[in-house]
Order: sequence, then structure tokens, then C-alpha cells
Amino acid sequence: MSVAIEFREAVKEFGPVRVLHGVSLALQPGRIYGLLGENGAGKSTLMKILAGYEALTEGDLLVDGTSRRFSGSRQAEDLGIVLIHQEFNLAEDLTIAQNIFLGHELKRGFFLDDALMRREARKALAQVGLQIDPDTRVRQLIVAEKQLVEIARALARNARLLIMDEPTATLTPGETERLFELMASLKALGTTIIYISHKLDEVERTTDEVIVMRDGKLVAREPTPALTRHEMANLMVGRELADLFPPKLAAPQAVPVLRVTGLTVPGWATEASFEVRPGEILGFAGLVGAGRTELFEGLLGIRECSAGKVELKGREITLRNPRDAARLGLTYLSEDRKGKGLHVNFGLRQNLTLMALERYARPWLKPKAERDALQQAVADYGIRTGSLEVNAAALSGGNQQKLALAKVLHPEPAVVVLDEPTRGVDIGAKREIYALIQQLALRGLAVIVISSELMELIGLCHRVAVMRAGRLLCTLQDAQLTEEELIAHATGTR
Amino acid sequence: MQQEPADTPRSPRLPVRWGALHGLGPVIGLLLLCVAGTLLNGNFATYDNIMNVLTRTAFIGIIAVGMCFVIISGGIDLSVGSMAALIAGSVIMFMNAMAPVLGSPLMAVAAGMVLAVVLGAVFGLAHGLLITKGRIEPFIVTLGTLGIFRAYLTYFSNGGAITLDNELSDIYSPVYYANLLGVPFPVWVFVLVALAGGIILNRTAYGRYVQAIGSNEQVAHYAAVDVHRIKILTYMLLGVCVGIATLLYVPRLGSASPTTGLLWELEAIAAVIVGGTVLKGGAGSITGTVVGAILLSVISNILNLTSIISVYLNAAVQGFVIIAVAFMQRGKR
Repeated sequence: MSVAIEFREAVKEFGPVRVLHGVSLALQPGRIYGLLGENGAGKSTLMKILAGYEALTEGDLLVDGTSRRFSGSRQAEDLGIVLIHQEFNLAEDLTIAQNIFLGHELKRGFFLDDALMRREARKALAQVGLQIDPDTRVRQLIVAEKQLVEIARALARNARLLIMDEPTATLTPGETERLFELMASLKALGTTIIYISHKLDEVERTTDEVIVMRDGKLVAREPTPALTRHEMANLMVGRELADLFPPKLAAPQAVPVLRVTGLTVPGWATEASFEVRPGEILGFAGLVGAGRTELFEGLLGIRECSAGKVELKGREITLRNPRDAARLGLTYLSEDRKGKGLHVNFGLRQNLTLMALERYARPWLKPKAERDALQQAVADYGIRTGSLEVNAAALSGGNQQKLALAKVLHPEPAVVVLDEPTRGVDIGAKREIYALIQQLALRGLAVIVISSELMELIGLCHRVAVMRAGRLLCTLQDAQLTEEELIAHATGTR
Repeated sequence: MQQEPADTPRSPRLPVRWGALHGLGPVIGLLLLCVAGTLLNGNFATYDNIMNVLTRTAFIGIIAVGMCFVIISGGIDLSVGSMAALIAGSVIMFMNAMAPVLGSPLMAVAAGMVLAVVLGAVFGLAHGLLITKGRIEPFIVTLGTLGIFRAYLTYFSNGGAITLDNELSDIYSPVYYANLLGVPFPVWVFVLVALAGGIILNRTAYGRYVQAIGSNEQVAHYAAVDVHRIKILTYMLLGVCVGIATLLYVPRLGSASPTTGLLWELEAIAAVIVGGTVLKGGAGSITGTVVGAILLSVISNILNLTSIISVYLNAAVQGFVIIAVAFMQRGKR
């Protein structure tokens, strides 16, 4: 019923970029492992290799002592290794039973054996404690239920090793408790669980052993009781956390440059009010799905707003699209760098100047002026690139992010909204980005930082607004900023 | 965090090498074809034949320049052939009707030429509005108008031909038949349209926005690009190109029939794709498109001059060429 896993000198490269530098790791069956690491540490890649979604460049993966090279997730699943994605892999329009058996349908002769699949699905659902008809369409389920369906699907395929990527990111505390109970009962049955999470308190509570990765290498492996949360955090970051952030500046007292009153984005945010001053860094905390990104997309006119008042530089304004916003001095850096932030198939120059192209077109574009601007930006933002003529795709994640920052700041806004500004960048680039953000504030910009990394908000912001289920609940002052406090407000336990 | 490693490029070296080769591909193809043509038939490399080929290229080439913008923006327009036919018919009817009213055949012809461009712009505007504000796929919109445009021409012509009055035809014919410095007038217009297209695409903010939208519409939208306006302008630009091509084409035969402009959409799209622009959009070149258009008409010219492959298979050969080019482009993006 159990499966033993061993990585030997695992190396993974994407083009010229090496994301795993020889990881050796053996996992015993029937234990719960916490896998920790910053964004970009390589833990997702390692898990994708284990689950058959990616192939190793060099090194070996041994399952029960046999070397394996999976050519797809299906082969891994056949050995009982299942990865549960953060964004679920469910076909929304199919029923629970259909999803559970998708790709592994049970048949009687030529025909599907629906009755048998329904019975089996009901059994699997009972195992995860979900009392729901297997004929329900997945679309109708809430997030926590979808997650349980994913686990039930894994169990129906005789999963012996479950990889859970941030499973509690979208769960309420009650749902989280139930998930932990389920994990304990699966462990009792001999299932190995690899638990990826940023929430150190959960890792501390649920896991037997902690594995820490950093910059594509394994940096620590300890029994969970041997580490404190503070030690875990330091291992992830690789230095004292305090070094990561520039010293905080005194909170500015100027008149707010942006004042939002009662902004409602239907389905996402309800009557959110906040203000930000020039030179201030205002954080936005909340769980995934709390409506932070959507609130600002509403503010920019990307989503429909049903109510609310927006004052920028003392004038009441209506923004219909990001173009209006940029003209009036408000720009937004999306959390989705590849999908919404950068043209990865465009040159650096074209990316940089896109939001302020009018400046270079009178009426003909001036490539020379654009190149000068790029040179300036490369120096100002510390973008490391071999050549100025490459496409954005050729840059590493951190340098792409710096380019994206340079891009949204190129129109010289008065207020800039940075959504997950350090997502998917390594620790060195993170530190540089933090320093950049503070310089922006120092220059008198009002900076809004949306982040899911609490340490980032605590280390960087003058004030932090906390959202839960579309409501802006409170704004915490610098002195009140602790992880516990933020989590308590974000999850509603206070 | 789940997206980090995938951010990195899979292989940045390969596209660069291919890119260099790729840009030259159509030119090399054209040169090889010309060599072949010269070897196969002594008449191929004559001045008259070359001018003949270029004049015939002009219609498709001008449309292809506009099509290049639409394809780079990530769109498509299947209706250009039908649009050209309807514009041709409308313009002829308009000229015939206006000549007595205005009392000057010359004025009627001039007004008709303006009308061709205006009609093109209006049709393009309709496409653009349906695609952006109506949120309908460009494929569907232009598939619909492909049928609509041609059906209206057939209706107006009663299934036959709409013919320009002789007097008007005499005044109008130099637009197609006249030379300037030994180069036929349509070729001059083609050159001007291509130059203007190149400058607009590469040296204006609008051109940059077109590429940005085709490369990733979401990113462009978030980067404060007015996506709808740019897209509408792009379809209008193509409409204007179709209008210009039509006003050059009408004096050639002086009539429009249900077969006018048949399969022009295939040729125009083929010219753009053969010229190295990827159908997914994001990047492309006017030079490539011009070369692509010339290449396609050289193929048909060689078929006409030699008897290796039947002339009736012209469209088949073009079809093979476009599939072959797309095959070679595969995996580039």
C-alpha cells in the first residue's frame, strides 16, 4: 500500500536556466512531509517531476527502488503518485463521478458502467467525508468541496503518495481542520503525503518532517519538532529575515493622493474604502479569493463597478479602462506576469515603453529615444540581461519582474498598485525589488502592495489593509503588524 | 509559485537562428522561382512580363498589406474578396448613375473612386464594431459578411454583370492601364501602400499597439492600450486597402460580376502567411507580405507560361504553398 521515493542528483533545466541543482532526497512511506521554500525555490518543479508533469534533465527518480522516467502524469498515477494542483484539475461541467473516473472510465463491454462508477465514487467521497451526490456537477461545488473531490479522485486511483500544493490557501479554518483530520487518517492507512505550504503554523502542526529548498537546492531536512517556525523561515530565506527589507521610513503625513470610498465590484468586493498618501506604502492582505486583485481591477475599470467614489489628487474621477487610469496617474502591475504583465515575445524596449508610447511618437516612433530609455531603466532597476535586443522571455523571472516594474512606472504615475510584486522571483531579486519599492515611496509615489506573503507586507508597509470575502475589514498600523494579527483578520478568527 | 519554472524560456537560442533564416525564406523562395521561370520560358524574364506580374500582384498585394495588420493583431478577415466584388459593383452603379447628375463623367469617376475607399472603410468599421463591441469571433463575423457581400452583388447584378458605361470606362481606364516612367500606375500605388504600411506598422504607436494586441491582448489591455479602438482601426485600414485595390481593378474590365474577387481572401491571407507572418499574430512584416504576394503571382505566371502544371490548378498550388509554409513555421511559437 505504500511507496518509497528517492531522488538522486536531480537536475532540471528550462533552456539555459537551471532550476534544480542536483537534489538528492529519499522519502519513507507513510509519513507526512512538509515541503518549504520561497517562490522559485524549485519545490513545484521537483513535485511536477515526481508526478510525471515534467521530466528530469539529469539524475534519477527511483520509485520503490526502480528508476523511473515518466512521460506523463498518467504513468505516475499508475504507480499511485498523484499531485493535487492548487488550481484544480476538474472539468467543471462534468459530474463528480465523471470527474473521479475521467480518463480511467470503468466499462462493461463497449459501454460505460455508470452504475458501478457512481457506487465507487460514492465510496471514495465517503472516505474523504463529503456527503454529496456523485451526480452533482462540479461547477456547483464550493472550493473546499472541489478539493475533497480531487482527493477522492486520487483515492479512487489508489493513490499511495499524495502531493498537496497549498491545499489550505482557499479554505476556511473549519474546512482546514477537516482536511487535517483527513490527512491523519490517510497517513494511518499508509499513504505518504507531501504537503507544500507557506503557512508555517500548519506545517508545524501536521507534518512529521520538514524539507526546505532554496534556489533549486535542498538546504535542510529535519524532524518537524526539531525546528521552530522562526528557524523554518530563516532556512527558507537563507538569511535573517530582517536583512531582507530596507529600514522602514517614517509614515508620511501628507494629504492622501488617492481616496476610494465604498467601491463595490459585484461578486468580488463590497463597499471597500481606503486612502493612500504620497510616499506611503499601503499593503493589502487577505486569502486567495478575498477579492484584493478584483477590487483593483474594478478600480481600473477592467471589471464593472456598481458603486463607489474615487478621488485622485483631490478630483473625483471615473475610470473606464486602464488607459484612463494611466493618463490620470494610476498604474497597475498584474500578479499574472506572463498573462497580463509582459509581452514575453516582445523585445525589452517595446515592453518598457508600451504604456508611455505617446511620448516617443511625434508622430513617428523614435527607436533611439526608446533605446536610451531602456538603457536608463536597465541601470535604474538593475535588470540583468546579456543584450538589450533580446525578448522578455529570455530574462529570468526576477529580471522580468523588474522590467514589468519599470514598465508600469514608465508613465510616471502618482499612484502605483503592485500586485504580488515578488511572485516567482528568487530571494536576491526580492531584496532588490523591496529596495526599489521603498525608493519609489521616498520619491513621493503612493505605493499599494497586494501580497500573499505576510512577511513581505510586515517588512515593507506603513499600513496594511486586510480583506476577507470581498470586505475590507480593517487597516492595521505599523505597530500592530504581526503575522498572527494579519492571519486572524484574514481568516476571520477575530 | 506554481508558475515559476515555466516562466523560463524553453530554448532561446533556436528561434534566433531560425528567425534569421526565416526572414529570408520568402526572398530565397522568390529568387528560386524566378530562376526556374527564366529557365523554363524565355518570355519570363522580359520587362513586359515582369510589369504584367507586378500589375496583377498589385490588387492582392494592396489587400495583403491591410490583411497583414489584421493578422498581426490576431484577427482574420475572410470577406475581402466578396467585399471587393460588392465595392466594385456599387462603384460602377454609382458612376453610371452620377454621370448624368453631375454632368461631368470625370467628376463621376472621381467621386466613384472616393466612394470605393469610403465603402471599404465603412465595411471595415462594421467588422471592427461587431468583433470588439459585439464580442464575436472575427472568423465568424467575416464568414458571415463574405456571404452577405457577395449575395448583395449577385442581387444587384441580377446574377449577371454590372458594366460601366463606355464613356466612363474610357475616362477611367488610364487608372489601370497608364504608365508612369514605364511602370504601370497600379504598381506605383502598390509601392506607396506598402511603404505607408511599413511605416505605420514599425514607426507609429498605432503599429506597436497592433503588434502588442496580437502578441497578448490581455497584456496590452492592462498596459493601457485601447484595444477596441486599435482593432476597429485595423479592420478599417484593411477595408480602405480593399477599396484602393478595387478602384484600381474596376477599370481593368469595367464590370463586376458574381465571380469578381473570387478567392482573393485565400490569396491575400496566403501572401501574408507565406511572407512569414504567423497566423496567431503578434509579429509580422510588410516586406515579407509584399514578397509573399509577388511570389504567389509569379507561381501563377509560371503556370501560365509553361505547361508543366495546368493553369486550372493555380489555386491548388497556392493552397499547397500556404500549407507547406505553415508546416515550416510550426513550433515557432
